Amino acid sequence: MSVDMRTFLAHVELANPITTAAGCASSGRELAQFFDLHRLGALTTRSITMAPRAGRPTPRMAETPSGMLNSVGLQGPGIDAFLERELPWLAQRGIRTIVSIGGGTVAEYSELARRLADAPGVTALEINLSCPNMEDRGRVFAREGSAAAEVIASVRSIMRYDVPVVAKLAPDVADIVSVARACVDAGADALSMINNPLGMAIDTEALRPSLAAVTGGLSGPAVLPLAVRCVWQVHAALPGVPLIGMGGVMSGKDAFQFVLAGACVVGVGTALFHDPYACLRIERELEDLLRARGLQRLADAVGLAHRPPGSAPRHLMVDSEESIP
Amino acid sequence: MLTTRRVDAYHALTVVAPGIAERYRPGHFVSVAVGGAYTSMVTRRAFFIHDVKADYGGTVELVFTTGGPGTAWLAERRARDTLDLVGPLGRPFPLPRDPANCVLVGSDYGSAVLFPLADALLARGCRVDFVIGGAEAERVFGAMRARRMAETTTLTTEDGSLGLRGTVTDALPSVIADTRADAVYACAPMATLRAVTAVAMEFDIPVQVAVEESMACGIGVCMTCVLPVIGEDGATRMVRACAEGPVFRGERVRFEDVGTIPFDALGAPGGGARHVS
Repeated sequence: MSVDMRTFLAHVELANPITTAAGCASSGRELAQFFDLHRLGALTTRSITMAPRAGRPTPRMAETPSGMLNSVGLQGPGIDAFLERELPWLAQRGIRTIVSIGGGTVAEYSELARRLADAPGVTALEINLSCPNMEDRGRVFAREGSAAAEVIASVRSIMRYDVPVVAKLAPDVADIVSVARACVDAGADALSMINNPLGMAIDTEALRPSLAAVTGGLSGPAVLPLAVRCVWQVHAALPGVPLIGMGGVMSGKDAFQFVLAGACVVGVGTALFHDPYACLRIERELEDLLRARGLQRLADAVGLAHRPPGSAPRHLMVDSEESIP
Repeated sequence: MLTTRRVDAYHALTVVAPGIAERYRPGHFVSVAVGGAYTSMVTRRAFFIHDVKADYGGTVELVFTTGGPGTAWLAERRARDTLDLVGPLGRPFPLPRDPANCVLVGSDYGSAVLFPLADALLARGCRVDFVIGGAEAERVFGAMRARRMAETTTLTTEDGSLGLRGTVTDALPSVIADTRADAVYACAPMATLRAVTAVAMEFDIPVQVAVEESMACGIGVCMTCVLPVIGEDGATRMVRACAEGPVFRGERVRFEDVGTIPFDALGAPGGGARHVS
């Protein structure tokens, strides 16, 4: 029996729930030499900015226990080159593409949305809210509901109605649910979480911070429990909102945790650095796990862990009861 | 995995990997997952390929030194263990179209990548001369093999325990002059590559350098292994050592700016209007 892996990100149907996390698949071409990108539920691009960005100085990466720190600084080609070269390449091949955008002001996000509104091949727009707000002393938009909502409301009003706007939230906040609620109230069709929490490592030989930028985003299995907690809390508060869960997914079991916590799409990031084929493997493992638990549809597992203790799981296959002694 | 052995101060691993061996060109590298299935080490380690042989359907040999827990784990692997390899990665060394006199410069285990290159150059009728160095005699890699292959081999050590006392760059000008070299190929730490490039530019001959930058993925997606390189159009870009490299034309690499974002690099902070008004 095959499990129905289809999922909906707002009203957009994806063939399966696995997507690449923003900034972990570069332009897409790099991964295409390993596998057919059509086998992804969707490919999420790196965060596209207005102007080309050279990013941060090196060293940009430090390995930490069960994770890594990065401070790439949104290195990328800028919107012009993206629309000229990268998006058409994906669109011509019919690859489902979630375009991530990042800006320093509300006006910059709005301009990016305007440029992308008529571009073919945008399946959904993900708003990277972990960018420093130039108009608020460089504090990131995601740290406060009102700043995040301002960006989302502006982008939502510009973007075509049939392209879902996804707000990407950061875990470095006192109350992620309030930021999530503010984004949804401002018109976000879906939420994705988590962006990298900030971390730091110190080189004990050089007696200096390991990263040139001093602090960096922590990713990998180290952040998995933090991310699952965020998805759980937001799904509990806003059960009707589609969630993209991500943070340290290395296996189908990790992805299953996100689904059970309430995510209908799961992002794979750091695992791609370790294993270029990670997305396909995780999708297969997730399907096997669903089948083993007697779940015929992925949709039936979304948020399943929220059911009260003692209540029977719904939607179980009849023949699975035979295995119960 | 086939064999593991110590070579002087280094470890050499031979791995049966027909797919990699078949597509290999000198200058390619592979990335290796370290620590086993449930490891806490999430980034791959990148190594240049030292040798490719046709035995067992195709083997590749890697040379490395143990610097951290990842390479220490790798050094403990034994015959018949399996290893997770991705490759061949990167852009290989370009070879001269016509026979030319080539000087190959390597220090520490960087010289490992030069031997398959020398084979390819010799097959094209090139003259090959080696300059190989290290801090001490134990860290000079492949001196014997270089002597067998090359017209001349110059060895240098900083403590004078083998060959000339000094660095490879001290010996390079006279080797270039004596051999009437047409081109230089180098693989070494960044500071040495910078000096080698300066020497080659003084002689006005092309130099190809293979750089070692710390990288997480090796396949071009993590964007951590970047360095400033001047492009065909004269503009400096932060390019990935793994995807655009690891081999670059030496004079194109802005060695003095490695580890920074030069102010005139494409997309550098403050370089023009970054935000719409």
